[in-house]
Amino acid sequence: MSQHLLELSAAQAVAAIRAGELDAAELFELYRSRAAADPLNAFTWVAEDAAVAAPAGAPLAGVPAAVKDLFCTEGVPSQSGSRILEGYRPPYTATVVAKLAKAGAPLLAKTNQDEFAMGSSNENSAYGPVLNPWDRARVPGGSSGGSAAAVAAGLAPWALGTDTGGSIRQPAAFCGIVGLKPTYGACSRYGMIAFASSLDQAGPLTRDVTDAALLLRHMVGRDQNDSTSLELPEEIRLPSRGDLKGVRLGVPQELTGTAGGIDPGVLASFEAALAQAQALGASVEPCTLPHAPHALSAYYIIAPAEASANLARFDGVRYGLRVAGDSDLDTMYSRTRAQGFGAEVKRRIMLGTYALSSGYYDAYYGTAQRVRTRISQDFQSAFAEVDFIVTPTAPTTAFELGAKSHDPLAMYLNDVCTVPMSLAGIPAISIPCGLSDGLPVGLQLAGPAFSENALLDAAYALEQALAFDGRSAWAGGGAPA
Amino acid sequence: MGGGRGASVNAEVQYEPVIGLEIHVQLKTRTKMFCGCELSFGDPPNTHTCPRCLGLAGTLPVVNAQAVHYGIMIGLALGSQIAPRSQFHRKNYFYPDLPKGYQISQYDVPLCSGGQLGEVRIHRVHLEEDAAKLVHLGASGRIHGAQRSAVDFNRGGTPLAEIVTEPDLRSAEAAREWLSLLRTTLRAIGVSDVNMEEGSLRCDANVSVRPVGSSELGTKTELKNMNSFRFLAQGIRAEVERQSELLRAGQPVLQETLHFDPSSGRLTPLRSKEEAHDYRYFPEPDLVPLEATPEMIEAARAQLPELPSARAQRFAGALGLPAERARDLAFRSELADFFEAALAATPNGEPVALANWMQTLVERLEDGADPAGSLVSPAAFAQLVAMVSEKAISREAGREVLDMLVAQGGDPAAIVEREGLGAISADDGGLGDVVAAALASDPDAAEQVRAGNMKAMGPLVGYVMRETKGRADGAEINRLIRQQLGI
Repeated sequence: MSQHLLELSAAQAVAAIRAGELDAAELFELYRSRAAADPLNAFTWVAEDAAVAAPAGAPLAGVPAAVKDLFCTEGVPSQSGSRILEGYRPPYTATVVAKLAKAGAPLLAKTNQDEFAMGSSNENSAYGPVLNPWDRARVPGGSSGGSAAAVAAGLAPWALGTDTGGSIRQPAAFCGIVGLKPTYGACSRYGMIAFASSLDQAGPLTRDVTDAALLLRHMVGRDQNDSTSLELPEEIRLPSRGDLKGVRLGVPQELTGTAGGIDPGVLASFEAALAQAQALGASVEPCTLPHAPHALSAYYIIAPAEASANLARFDGVRYGLRVAGDSDLDTMYSRTRAQGFGAEVKRRIMLGTYALSSGYYDAYYGTAQRVRTRISQDFQSAFAEVDFIVTPTAPTTAFELGAKSHDPLAMYLNDVCTVPMSLAGIPAISIPCGLSDGLPVGLQLAGPAFSENALLDAAYALEQALAFDGRSAWAGGGAPA
Repeated sequence: MGGGRGASVNAEVQYEPVIGLEIHVQLKTRTKMFCGCELSFGDPPNTHTCPRCLGLAGTLPVVNAQAVHYGIMIGLALGSQIAPRSQFHRKNYFYPDLPKGYQISQYDVPLCSGGQLGEVRIHRVHLEEDAAKLVHLGASGRIHGAQRSAVDFNRGGTPLAEIVTEPDLRSAEAAREWLSLLRTTLRAIGVSDVNMEEGSLRCDANVSVRPVGSSELGTKTELKNMNSFRFLAQGIRAEVERQSELLRAGQPVLQETLHFDPSSGRLTPLRSKEEAHDYRYFPEPDLVPLEATPEMIEAARAQLPELPSARAQRFAGALGLPAERARDLAFRSELADFFEAALAATPNGEPVALANWMQTLVERLEDGADPAGSLVSPAAFAQLVAMVSEKAISREAGREVLDMLVAQGGDPAAIVEREGLGAISADDGGLGDVVAAALASDPDAAEQVRAGNMKAMGPLVGYVMRETKGRADGAEINRLIRQQLGI
């Protein structure tokens, strides 16, 4: 019975519950018990009790969601993967989580993540690394690694993540699932423990494109608590497109060549998927994003700069960890932050503080903002010629635990294909497009701002043609072999 | 780089102060700058807080529209340009009264730029949030050496307007007077309580000195913690003196921030230029740029009352008051309001006489008191002034009646009646007899007056005043003396 339930996608489970063929409580308990076993260290908290029944007629029918730890959830630990927030239970719930609960997707669990969403492997969590269900010796990607691993392993029907420079798309690619970063402003950031405010966006991590559309539909919308949030021009629709006739796909040379560090196996899988797209009627043409090669440099100025301020509030005065100094304020600050933050977080706070320093501001932060503007303009020019940009989501497949954790620059290069879209604030989706040496490869589709419906439709058509089967990862979510 | 010029010792050089002010004004909105907590003063600690103003993880600021409205009103009242798009920035530093580790303020594009109030040019006006309040337990009263420190977040997040002047002030007294004009203006437009003792008006001063005649600026210091008008003047005077002495002795002035100690009147260094914070300003990514639309600006303009400087001009122009008297009244809007109410209460009110009597009234009230809070009603005050003008009572009797009004209130006519203070005139016969008696009592004086020495009039008038207990009108006495002496 439970194997049968596991076969249902989240959207299928919603339909079954609404049709009276499935009991929401039974589904919740199936996933709750699978999550509680947590063979991948994907969770930092799992519900102990049955969920409060979803309101009658609620569109998501009680199919529960796993939520990245950095979303504040009232009374439930929300630690953003950091020691400095160990045991912190906020007095309020993030807008997106509250919206999902209202729509009938209750909280199943909180998922492990890189500390303050800083990382591409989930090895930066203060609560231990998450394992990839395809190969437990490998990382699940990051920073939403717990969410990606949980969905891929069948430990959660669907999950929420956040994406700052690729933190939804890259782990989705590494785990063989779908991950969508919406247009900046589409989802409220209220209650998301911030990494880089001008880049952070919530989004779904799901088994398929239809699930992503359904979950996103209930996440988006203007929120008066977030001045940067926006109303989408139209409701998110469930995708139905069967072909790609007339769709122009642009392949940016800057992000797709082996010279750019793309692994040959990944490239082969990507090119096979492009051939499928052409078979569906799409045209595939080269395009150019001239400033994309500078995107990582700009990103690693802007994101740490914002983070250096966003993380200043963790000072030991009001909540979270406090390591008392000898009745001396500065000592208390430095001891608290020295013990509370991990190495990568400290590195980025220092980078950001330096970049904003008097005398360096214009050379670093100012230049980075100018590059960011150029990158946005590059995309605008490209979208005058093509409907979507396609790239591999990440240059490699999931790498082994520890392989890059002592080489920050190598780690940062994981985001080379995803960071430009984050800087431009445009939506992008990663779908699994095949395997390379038995590990999933992700394909990224990016469209203009607010093109989510068209993007989901195109991704759906391609998904149907590619017919990727991720079920072999469910075994990875079972008891350790 | 003026500090180095102190190298030559010259005790003869006269130095001129150059002073600019930075004023923080708490806005009288219902709620805080970036959250929905109500403002409070004196409520139990930490009873007006929420996740936002406590800086809890994940919270985001939302701009208070009323604060923006008040900010625009201030800008218009000061003749500033209102920026169609201004920007909030983060000002980063660690302190327990700053829950986010940064203050949301404005930096390179403030809401209001330029302008002028009185003789002083305005540099800028911007919006920001107030810090929380720290309470230090222990003898020092400051964080260093405190046994414990507690934070009250009720004040944290209160909307502030920071007003920065150009360095146009040239003395401590001028600074004090100008701040008083600013306070009056802000009180008149209703955006703040502007109370220095309660901290809703705070003023820092940037002070430098330069040789008289020089047009270059010397090295400035920043003076903080002068929390009354008197302390402001005292602090600036002390600093001007200190800097002048340094330069005369050939010592440079160091750029530093100084803390004024009200109990000793002394200035102590808070931090030097080298220790100054690097605030690492950058645009606040949690807020979109602040758009002040033409409609918002017009709505603010429509709410502006007549401003004190315009009122002073009207008092001097249309009402014919001497300029200084007009300013004295208009720059304290409570006096101007009382004055105008009194003027309206008398059909043929004489503005100059009323204004002169306002001065007398102010002298009889407690320093700085609002006459509207006294027992004297504007109508009774107007009636009293009219009785003096119409010579129904003498000026001296009028002062007595005013004293009684201040002490007990009441109706001036009834007081005059009760106290028998009505003027005696020639018509009822009595005053002529007293004058005759005066001439008889001092024939010498009478003779001198007759001979043209009008100084001799004094003793004669004094005699009449004594005899009539001040009820006689001086001019009338004068007229009767001349009449009886035939001159």
